[in-house]
Order: sequence, then C-alpha cells, then structure tokens
Amino acid sequence: MYAFEIERPSTIADAIKALSEEDAQALGGGQTLIPTLKQRLAMPATLVSLTGIGEMQGVCIGDNGEVCVGGATNHATVAAETAASYPGLSGLAGNIGDPAVRNRGTVGGSLANNDPSACYPAAALGSGATIITNTRQIAADDYFQGMFETALEEGEVITEVRFPVPEKSHYEKFVQPASRFALVGVFVAKYADGVRVAVTGASENGVYRWSEAETALSSDFSKDALDGLTVPADGMIADLHGSSDYRAHLVKVMTGRAVTAAA
Amino acid sequence: MASVTMTVNGKSVSGDVEGRTLMSDFLRNDLRLTGTHIGCDTSQCGACVIHVNGEAVKSCTMFAVEADGAEVATIEGQANTDGSLNVIQQAFQDHHGLQCGFCTPGMVMSAAALLKDNPKPSEAEVREYLEGNICRCTGYHNIVKAIMAASGQDVPAVAAE
Repeated sequence: MYAFEIERPSTIADAIKALSEEDAQALGGGQTLIPTLKQRLAMPATLVSLTGIGEMQGVCIGDNGEVCVGGATNHATVAAETAASYPGLSGLAGNIGDPAVRNRGTVGGSLANNDPSACYPAAALGSGATIITNTRQIAADDYFQGMFETALEEGEVITEVRFPVPEKSHYEKFVQPASRFALVGVFVAKYADGVRVAVTGASENGVYRWSEAETALSSDFSKDALDGLTVPADGMIADLHGSSDYRAHLVKVMTGRAVTAAA
Repeated sequence: MASVTMTVNGKSVSGDVEGRTLMSDFLRNDLRLTGTHIGCDTSQCGACVIHVNGEAVKSCTMFAVEADGAEVATIEGQANTDGSLNVIQQAFQDHHGLQCGFCTPGMVMSAAALLKDNPKPSEAEVREYLEGNICRCTGYHNIVKAIMAASGQDVPAVAAE
C-alpha cells in the first residue's frame, strides 16, 4: 500500500469536512477498499473512516414502516436486526461474503462501491430504496449508473438507506464459490403496487431491473409466469467463472427460485 | 504516524503505527503475537481471524488504527489461565483437527465466535460458518468434528469416510 493517514471522525459533519481535503477518500468497513489499496489501485492521501460515527449506525423502523439502516451499519447487524421486519433483506445481508467479512463490511460501503457482483445493490434496487446522503435523498432507480458508477458526488457520503418493506421478498444468489460474490443474484420483492426484480452479478452495466419479469410477476406471482420470457446474453458479463449465455440462463433460474422461496 | 491503545488478550497495549499498518502486522510485528497467521493477505483464507470487541474479523483486512480503544482477542489468549488448552483447542487436538496447523489459529478463533452465538450448531451451520476459513491441507472433516465435539455434541460420521 502507498502511505496515507487515517482519520476517525465521530460525526457526519466532521467526516464531510475531512473528505473535502485533497485526495481524501471514505473508508467504510474496508472489505473491498483495503484489498484495493494492497494492490496499489488507489492512492488516497487520507482515509476518512466512517465506522466510528454513531449517527450512521444501527437499524430502525421509519414513520412509514420502512426499514432504515445507518450507512455504516455492518452486514451482520443488518442480518440480525431485520430478521423479523424484513426477512428478504436479512437473508441477503446474512449471506454476503463470510462471517468475518459481514462483521466489517457496511451497507453504505457496498452501495457506494456498486460492484457489479455485490449483493446489496440488488436489495436497494429491488426494494426501491431511498439512498440518503449528507446532502440529499436519491431514489435507487436514479442511484445506480453502471458498473462501479453511482449518482454520488465527490465527498458525498451515504448516511442512511431506507428500504420500503414488501409483502413478500427473497434474494436468490448463485454463489461464486471462491469469492462468495454473486455469480448471479436476483432480488424479488412483491409490493401492493407491483413486483420489483433486481439482478446483480450478470450485466456489464451492474445491477438492473428485469422489467419483463416484473410485468409478468405483477399479474401472476409464480415461477410459471416466467415461462415465456427469455433473457438475452447481450451485455452480460463473461469471465472464467461463466459465459454470458450461462449468466443469462441463471437470471431466469434464480428469479424463479426467488419467487418460489418468497411465495 | 498515529498512537493506538487497545486491550489485547486482557492486557493494555499501545504503539505508534502508520495509517496503512494492518492489524495483522501490528499484532505480529509490533506486539510479536505471531500466532495470528497471514495466509493470503487478501481476506480470503481466514488464518488471521481475531476478535475485535467480541466479533470475528480478518485482521489482514482492518487497519490497526481502527482497533484503537478496542478489546482484541487473539489465539494467544485462548488457553485456560493455567496454560492448558481450552475446550476448542483440546477438541482440535483430540480429533486431529489440524494437519500443518497454519490455518488453525483462524479456525479456532472462528469456532469460538460461532459457539459464542450458537452454542449447539448443526454440522451444516459449522461448515457454513467456516466459509471464510480455508485449510490448505483440506482437513475440514476433522475440523468440523472438533467443533462439534467442543460444543458438547456427538461427533458426526462424515460422509467422506
């Protein structure tokens, strides 16, 4: 790693101030950033650790019944504290990486990085979550802008994520066994006004909504509703773990399994 | 450089570290606690698992500065106060839960974290919990047996035998 300083602010305001310095970068749980630094793929002058900020920690229920998660809340905490209030989200958080990774990695860090194979983007997009930063609120539909690309501005920090709770939901992940990332993961959520289907791990543009499946499932929430649909392989990720055809195939299979598990 | 103070295995320790100093390097190089092993240094293998404020973490994927003020437990603090092996360590010995031994510190620390939250795990739960701990000797069956034994349960007959 190149040399850098680490600051550990205890308030959002102090973190934003520290991030305004030249070549400052936010540090969540570090489960992606630290390996990146080790490969010398990043060269910050200062890392601003967000995990000591009390106001960005924890899970609560909002005024409209939505699940509110502090941006610096780790995956293990989300898994434990949403088990009753939002089982689909809990199941997703509780199957990220491995137990030690889940004790460090944070929801804000995952969403800010927007890895095309990460799990959390599927939950946020599949739930129609609201990403709350130090300056504004961003709808999940506007937030994800392609592989590792988000609507976040320089120095902007995810302080909270609000997940509307669906009637039924499930995240089905085909685990890439070495990394525990999603080879393909599908989050299905059935709300009163329709079904949302978010796919991660598959597209070269990162997480996306499979709108044809949403339409089909909104009128018939069963695996059979997907029978007539096909997923084109164009634009799907191809790597040593799976071809684009294989990933396209998995999208439909994982969606079907998620619907069955949620129903 | 930054000054850090933390409690490691019940003792208060402090040191001066760079921002980029990993917790695993602080333990091994500064505190000379070399029981925490660095197998991959890419957060895959779990040989470096320690407990920070009671939670299992990979010490190669955390900065020492982030443990400032924390309660840290490493493999060196796991034995009983009279120096004898604790229940998990003894079970690893009894069930031949180690071959080369390189992964063992992380396996024991992960096992301790599992049994703290789930005192009677099923075999499947043990295997799932060890997803982040890799044994290069592939001695998983005996590791699982050891953890089942340490939890006071019957040691499963493993399909591969």
